[in-house]
Amino acid sequence: MLAFIVRRIFQAIGVLLAVGIIAFSMFRFAGDPVNQIVSIDTPAAQREEVRRSLGLDDPVPIQFARYLGGAVQGDFGVSYQFRQPVSDLLAERMPATLELAFCATVFAVVFGILMGVYSGLKRDSTLAKLFQTVSLIGISLPTFLIGILLIYLFAVTLGWLPSYGRGDTVRIGWWSTGLLTSTGLLALIMPSITLGLFQMTLIMRIVRAEMMEVLRTDYIKFARARGLTTRAIHFGHALKNTLIPVITIVGLQLGSVIAFSIITETVFQWPGMGLLFVQAVQNVDIPIMAAYLMLVALIFVLINLAVDILYTVVDPRLRSTIRQPA
Amino acid sequence: MTIRAKILAAAAAALLVGTALPAMAVTLRYANQGDLKSLDPYTLNETTTNAHLGHIYEGLTKRGRDLKVEPGLAERWEVSDDGLTWRFFLRKGVKFHNGNPFTADDVVFSANRVRAQGSNFQTRVPSDAEFVKVDDYTVDVKLKKPNPILNYQWDTWYIMDKEWSEANNTAAPTPAAATSPSYSSLNANGTGPFKIESHQPGVKTVFKKNPDWWGKVEHNLDEIVFTPINSDATRVAALLSGEVDVIEPVPLQDIQRVNSSPNAQVLTGPELRTIFLGFDQTRDELLFSNVKGKNPFKDPKVREAFFKAIDIETIKSRVMRGLSTPSALMIAPELFTYSKDFQRPKYDPDTSKKLLAEAGYPNGFEVGMDCPNDRYVNDEAICQAVVGMLARVGVKVNLMAQPKAQYFAKVLKSGNYQTSFYLLGWTPGTFDSHNVLYDIEGCRDDQSSSRGESNLGNYCNKKHDELADKILVENDKAKRDQLIKEAFQITTADYGYIPLHQQSLSWGVSKKVKLSQRADNSVLLYWAHKE
Repeated sequence: MLAFIVRRIFQAIGVLLAVGIIAFSMFRFAGDPVNQIVSIDTPAAQREEVRRSLGLDDPVPIQFARYLGGAVQGDFGVSYQFRQPVSDLLAERMPATLELAFCATVFAVVFGILMGVYSGLKRDSTLAKLFQTVSLIGISLPTFLIGILLIYLFAVTLGWLPSYGRGDTVRIGWWSTGLLTSTGLLALIMPSITLGLFQMTLIMRIVRAEMMEVLRTDYIKFARARGLTTRAIHFGHALKNTLIPVITIVGLQLGSVIAFSIITETVFQWPGMGLLFVQAVQNVDIPIMAAYLMLVALIFVLINLAVDILYTVVDPRLRSTIRQPA
Repeated sequence: MTIRAKILAAAAAALLVGTALPAMAVTLRYANQGDLKSLDPYTLNETTTNAHLGHIYEGLTKRGRDLKVEPGLAERWEVSDDGLTWRFFLRKGVKFHNGNPFTADDVVFSANRVRAQGSNFQTRVPSDAEFVKVDDYTVDVKLKKPNPILNYQWDTWYIMDKEWSEANNTAAPTPAAATSPSYSSLNANGTGPFKIESHQPGVKTVFKKNPDWWGKVEHNLDEIVFTPINSDATRVAALLSGEVDVIEPVPLQDIQRVNSSPNAQVLTGPELRTIFLGFDQTRDELLFSNVKGKNPFKDPKVREAFFKAIDIETIKSRVMRGLSTPSALMIAPELFTYSKDFQRPKYDPDTSKKLLAEAGYPNGFEVGMDCPNDRYVNDEAICQAVVGMLARVGVKVNLMAQPKAQYFAKVLKSGNYQTSFYLLGWTPGTFDSHNVLYDIEGCRDDQSSSRGESNLGNYCNKKHDELADKILVENDKAKRDQLIKEAFQITTADYGYIPLHQQSLSWGVSKKVKLSQRADNSVLLYWAHKE
């Protein structure tokens, strides 16, 4: 088991390196950072000075090596646009993204399961059909459009919810949270729905299919025969068994929720890491771009590692195959 | 009502009154597309940043609503007869936000800091100008040669506190390439009408009224909350829902909707920036063209043909939705006295075809065009219109529209001016013609000089440059304007550039707010009134 984890950690380092190299070689196509740093009428000599002092004259491999050297020591460089250490900026923005991802996941799980169970049990009812339609929309409309539609309905037309930002936040140590203020909670509603909609649809469809599948199985029939209440059968037996794939999906999707919050954060001006990344791309802020991509890669790698380990814990049959890699 | 309910109601009422009182404070919420990236006033010379910092910091001069130079921290000034010494009399009793008095030492300190390595504002003050403290409230500026526009850019050369800067180890400007955050990039200590209450880069900045400000207060605000909102749709939605009071810019396609909403409207007006087309007139063979062995743009006839092929009224009505001011000059009419003497050549595709034939291209030719797609109002759409119009006279233009990050990396000096035909916008930083004559229209032939650095296609006329040199040192305004006119006549006759239009400012403003709109697109909220 230990050997397996160590091997996976080495693989993870390999993945991070690869992401770093690909990202770094792509940055040359994003544009010239110097033009974003200085104004258009800045004399050429001064531009050269900026370029030199940022080390942008050096060949890409040297820049990458220097970046890695710093990154290993926890130094991800200084943002070109804000002149702040990137690690500070990311740490500052991380609570916003994680809270949003958390709320989106909770929303997706709660509503996905409720709607899935309902439409699995009463698949011919009007409401179930409505859920199906909603889920189709959720899957097919692009995220930014859903966000804009929500904003125009609930912020502009009805005036119930804020259209942008995070509301008031409270600081607990280095963590700033919007979960403890009323404006913060209101501000969370629309971005969470926008971000969680896809996941919700996915969960709803899985629960619905699994429910219908499970309800046909023998043990449900036996349960009925034993005279258990419908409620006990549906929720005590059927739902419990449908939740296993749901947990897998939620776990695997967590990384995507964090990574794909970029679009939601842009639409709602949510001050998280995704928004920081989008602004960095516009301004060719290479240190932020690199650090963010590596961070997202790290999150994916860690989640996958955790899932793999959990599998072996759950399913002993897998352990033998791990000991003898094919 | 039971006694308990009464007590509760009374308590609730008291609470309401208690919370209602501080809520009487007037807060103006403002959202911009761009960010306030640094509070150090010498780090980035850019309109939005300068305007933001103009609430906190002040220069020796100010510019009014009509852009006229007015006294700021200097009450008045005198120029010696030879034009070589300027004497500035400083305002007395002015205090920085931390309580330090403003004196001549601060001016001398700021003059050195703004010219130091790492400053993005080095051109604000001539490098050979010598600042001499005469007494605490008098400063002499000694020049090597006369400079009639010495103080034209001083409204955004913000004066900093010497003592505060030195105490906080920030006596040197924060360079764009800083590797550690400097104190002054996150904190500010100016003399201006507002103070920084909190600043979270890229997220939110809160300004509070400075009760001790020396000037006559022309606003009724207690607080300004600034939030960058990048997404156009979200920014407009925030205005329409009343969550913000002022936004900049409103995209052209949303103007109608904002105007028809009950609680907001759009302020429009011509911006000082001139949008124009330029040609590569320096290479012997164009980089992106099917014409080999020669450069068609060296022939003024071809340039004239291009000019006359462009139907500016159609661009105005179709692309800009009526919100542009077609332009005959490379500088905004507000900035030059004799602008009215210049007229655009008429749209005339037939003459255009004839000219192309005379120049040896009866069947036209192919050329690549560089165009940004996220820099100016509808920039890519303008280029597409130009492509269509040139097609009608036989010129096939291959449009290369790209984000500004790539565009500028390619076409500026740093990219070795890799363009054959391009669209660019320019506002002279000095609000004066000389800047255009020097930066945009000056010859690029002398490597050691910065002349023509933004002249991407290297339009060049020696007579024009001679005039520009005279204009630089001419102190007599009437004579100077005449010289400027002559210089512009040369460029116009050469068809060196195709000026297109002044794009429109479009600020979304809540109906509760009254605001002055300045043509340089500085959103200055110290002139704002909110009900």
